[in-house]
Formats: sequence, structure tokens, C-alpha cells
Amino acid sequence: MNLARIGTAVGREVATVAVTFLGLLLVTFFIGRVVPIDPVLAAVGDRAPMDVYERVKIELGLDRPLWEQFWLYLVKVFQGDLGKSVLTSNTVAADIKRVFPATIELATLGTILGVVIGVPAGVVAAVNRGKWIDQVVRVVGLFGYSVPVFWLGLMGLLLFYRMLDWVNGPGRLGVAYEDIVDPITGMLVVDAMLRGEWEVARNAFGHLILPACMLGYFSLAYVSRMTRSFMLEQLKQEYVITARVKGLSERRVVWRHALGNAWVPLITVIALSYANLLEGSVLTETVFAWPGLGRYITNSLLNADMNAVLGGTLVVGVVFIGLNLLSDILYRLVDPRAR
Amino acid sequence: MTASTLRAWLLSDAPRSRLQARAGQAYLRWISFKTNPLALVGLAIVVVLLLMAAFAPLIATHDPLAQSLDHRLRPPSATNWFGTDALGRDIFSRVVHGTRITLVVVLFVVVTVGPLGLLIGATAGYAGGWVDTVLMRVTDIFLAFPRLILALAFVAALKPGIENAVIAIALTAWPPYARVARAEAMVIRNADYIAAVRLQGASATRIVLLHVMPLCTPSLIVRTTLDMAGIILTAAGLGFLGLGAQPPLPEWGAMIATGREQIFDQWWVATAPGIAICVVALGFNLLGDGLRDVLDPKQSQ
Repeated sequence: MNLARIGTAVGREVATVAVTFLGLLLVTFFIGRVVPIDPVLAAVGDRAPMDVYERVKIELGLDRPLWEQFWLYLVKVFQGDLGKSVLTSNTVAADIKRVFPATIELATLGTILGVVIGVPAGVVAAVNRGKWIDQVVRVVGLFGYSVPVFWLGLMGLLLFYRMLDWVNGPGRLGVAYEDIVDPITGMLVVDAMLRGEWEVARNAFGHLILPACMLGYFSLAYVSRMTRSFMLEQLKQEYVITARVKGLSERRVVWRHALGNAWVPLITVIALSYANLLEGSVLTETVFAWPGLGRYITNSLLNADMNAVLGGTLVVGVVFIGLNLLSDILYRLVDPRAR
Repeated sequence: MTASTLRAWLLSDAPRSRLQARAGQAYLRWISFKTNPLALVGLAIVVVLLLMAAFAPLIATHDPLAQSLDHRLRPPSATNWFGTDALGRDIFSRVVHGTRITLVVVLFVVVTVGPLGLLIGATAGYAGGWVDTVLMRVTDIFLAFPRLILALAFVAALKPGIENAVIAIALTAWPPYARVARAEAMVIRNADYIAAVRLQGASATRIVLLHVMPLCTPSLIVRTTLDMAGIILTAAGLGFLGLGAQPPLPEWGAMIATGREQIFDQWWVATAPGIAICVVALGFNLLGDGLRDVLDPKQSQ
């Protein structure tokens, strides 16, 4: 009975997602084919000879009506065909498959750092509401909302790489360590550890840690702020008073009972923050010369490689929708009231 | 009128005119706003920003565009307070003139996005039914995109430049405003006075434009102030990637991009504009937080 009800809810959710996905495709189609003054030029670049131009025009189906063009685009995307990149002369799908793990690696470590530090910080701030520690958490968070990620990255490189020499510089791996490890997951640190190449893993981690900390700071700013506000809500509830009257230790009341309930809305926040880090990676990857999806998109953009830009945009959009759906489903599973 | 009679007039329990009532309410809000020191800091930063933009030529010590290759990459000194960049331009003067670009971008985005989001949201919330469903679905689609990446794709299709950066940011910034306005409108549409206006024969257009939209405005003002920092950061990000303001305009993000090559040896080139962005964004965030406490107590903790 209950499961059936979850089933319908999930079904409705999936239908909504399908409509959103269609809209997403409509937007990328619109940007790629309608906004540019000459979509053919945008696809082949400025220096293409005349016969290539004519051939691509027919290949793109630009002689047909718009709705037919959109239909062709839809069919292609569902076949996993995002077109060819002018810059790398690979298919965009293959390119994205190659670069995406690097971004996942960065954003995942960033989110882990943000949650591991941000949640306790938010709890402590809520418990000590109005005291100095609350103000510190608040200002650290507000600063995270105000600092440009690319600038913070540059300053981080200056301080921790150049001046203190605690971490490795831009890029993903030192030159001496390249091509030792065969990719399994595409995430270098994980792959190196799986293959037992500890030296490589160390070097890769030295490259990863600084950009991950930068992204982690932005995640921390958001997560700590939301944790604080959810905790304040929970600490007002009657069950907290009951638990105290029962004689439970304050630590147990706060960290077990109140935080336990605050986790439910926090799931959504963490999913959103993960999605935001994928976006933040566009600028971070540029600063750190990190060969991920963000750098792929910006590089293609600066070379007017529209297929690659739109393919990358679409993938990020899909991940966004996917994470939203996932957090909705988790929410339903964790919170009995939402079933 | 002396200060004390003015105060009495403002705080009067029985205002004689609409003006007096409004002024009194604003004064009360100011009193509660004043008690929040962080909000006052934010206000001060924003005021300084406005003054700097207005009097930029008077404050700047050099011409922001004047190159002087004999003086390139000089560290901060008495003549060049923030040092000089790779073309020998004075960084302090460029940061000061950059306030104008930042303000223009923010202003244009807000002027387009506020009313657009307000109109879409108020219409959806007031009309309900399929109009609501369609408008909100479109909003959700735009919300599903990460903002910066969507703006990037738009600028890529439109060709880089400050005008296109403004258009791109505006196109990606309206959905949250529509959401806020819709939530307000859904509450307002059931109010008695809306029913009264409807009974007097007002058209739906008239009700939305004259009676629903004005009441959604306070929460939108709060939302806008809190959003300013995000707009500034997005514009700076586009500038950093070379897609926003084009050289030689002294846009802060673009200035950081030019300082990137010299970051290890001439750190000051990228440092000053970055601090400027931080300070301004922090100012808007603090001001927005303070305004929310005063204008929109429901939303604040």
C-alpha cells in the first residue's frame, strides 16, 4: 500500500523530470541554432572553406523548417550523438566521457570537505546562537558568498604553492608521473590507489587538494548556513525539551536527536551544493589548469566550438536534474511524513 | 521644524496624511535597521561604492586607460597606490573606474530581471490553473541549468561583450524572482480587497498590474539586494573568462585575468581588483541580510 503510493509519487516525479529534460533540450537547441547569426559559421569556425560550409549547412539540416531541425536534434541526442568537436576532432560524447571524471573527482572531494566541516560548524553556531562563535561562522559563510572563486584560487596558488610549497601546482599530475596508471574510474587518485601506485597517488592528491579545498569552502559556506537554520528550527521543538527532561546529556540531545532530524532537509542542501560545485568547477578548473568538464567547456567556448559547448552544457543540466530527482527520492525514503 | 517635533510627527499614532504614515513607517524600519551593526557596514560599503562611481574621475589619481611602458609592473608605491599592470596602467585608478562598470551591469540586470520576474510570478500566482503550470514549468527549466554555464552558452552564441554579458545574466537570473513573486501572489489573491476590486469590475490585467504586483515588491527588493552579490560575481566570472567587458575597459574580473600570468612575481596586479569584488559583494550581502530582517521578517530566522 505504502510502497504503491511511493511508486505513484516517483512516477509523477519522473514525468516532471522528462518535461524538464525536454525543455533543457529546447533551450540548448535554441542557443545553438537560433541565437547565433550564422549557426553554420558557429559550427565550422571562421576559417572554413566554402564547400565545407555548404556541406555542413545541409548536414545540420538548416535548409529545413525549425521544428524538423529540433526533431532531428532530439533523435541525435537520444542516440548519444552530441556532434563533433572542431577543436579536438573527436565526438563531443567521447570528449566528455574523458574529461568528466576529473570534474567528479574535484567536486566530490570538495563536497565531502564542505559537509564534514560545514555541518558541525552549523550545529555549533545554532547551539551558541548570538555568541561570538555564531558570528564567526556567519562571517566565514558570508565571505564565501562574496569572494570570486577564481580569485581565491589564484591567491591559494600564490600562498600554498609558491610561498609555502605545501601543495603541488596547477594541473592534475606531475610530468614524471604521467601515463603510469591505466585508468579504471578516470579519477586519478582512486585509480592510482587501486593499482597500488602509491607515489602516483600521493602526487595526484597533492594536485587535487588545493582546488578541492577552494570548492569545499563554497560548499561549507552554504552547508553551514543551512545547517544552522535547520538546527535552530529543531531545537525549538517539543521533543527536544522532552529529551532534556528525560535527563539525556546535552551532547546526545543536540548531535543525535536534533541533528538526526535536521539531516532530512540537509540531504537536499547537500545535493544542491554538489550541483553548484560542478558549476563552480568551470572557473576553478580554468585557474588550476584542471582538465575537467568546466575547462573543456570554456576552452571550446573561446574557440567558438559550439557543439562542444552545448554538449557540455547539456550534460551539466542533466546532472543537475538528476541530482534534484535523487534528493527528492532520498527525502521520501528518509522522512516517513513525506511518503 | 526642529528635530524633536520631526520625530514626534514621524512617530505619531494618528497620521494625518498618507505621506506622514509612509514616512513614519520608513522611520520605524530605519530605527530597527540601525541596531544591526553588520547591516550598517553593508550600507556604508554600498554608499561608498555609489560615491566612487559618481566621482571616479576626481578620485582616480591617473587616467585608467593611459599606458606607460616605462612604468610597467611597478609594486604599490606613493604614486601608484595599488601598483601598475603589464601595460603600465595605474591599478588604483582602474579599480575606481571599475565601480562604474560593475554598477552599470548590476543596474541593467536588476532593471530587466526584477519587473520580468515580478510580472511572470504575479501572473502565475494570481491566475493559477494551467497558466500557472506552464509558467512555472518554464521557470523550472531555467532553474535546472546552472546559472554561469547557461550564461556562458548564451554569450558564446551572441559573441563576447559587456552588453551580451548583461543579456545573458538577465536571461539566467529571473527564475528565482518569479518564484518569490508567485508565492506572494498566491497569498494575496485570496485577500478581501482583491475580491472588492474584482467586484468593482477591474480586469485581470488591472488587478495584476496595480494591485498584486506592488504588494509583491518588498520581498523582491530583499531578494534583489541579496542577489546583487551573485550578479557581480557572475559578471566578474564572465569577465575573467574573457566573455564579459572587453579590453581595455577596467572591469574587475578581466583585470584579474590579466594579472593571472604575473600572479607569482607581481601579485598586486590580480590582488586589488579581487579585493574590490569581495568588498562590494560582501557589502550587498550584509545590506541584504539587514533589509530582510526589517522588510521581510517572515523570511528571516
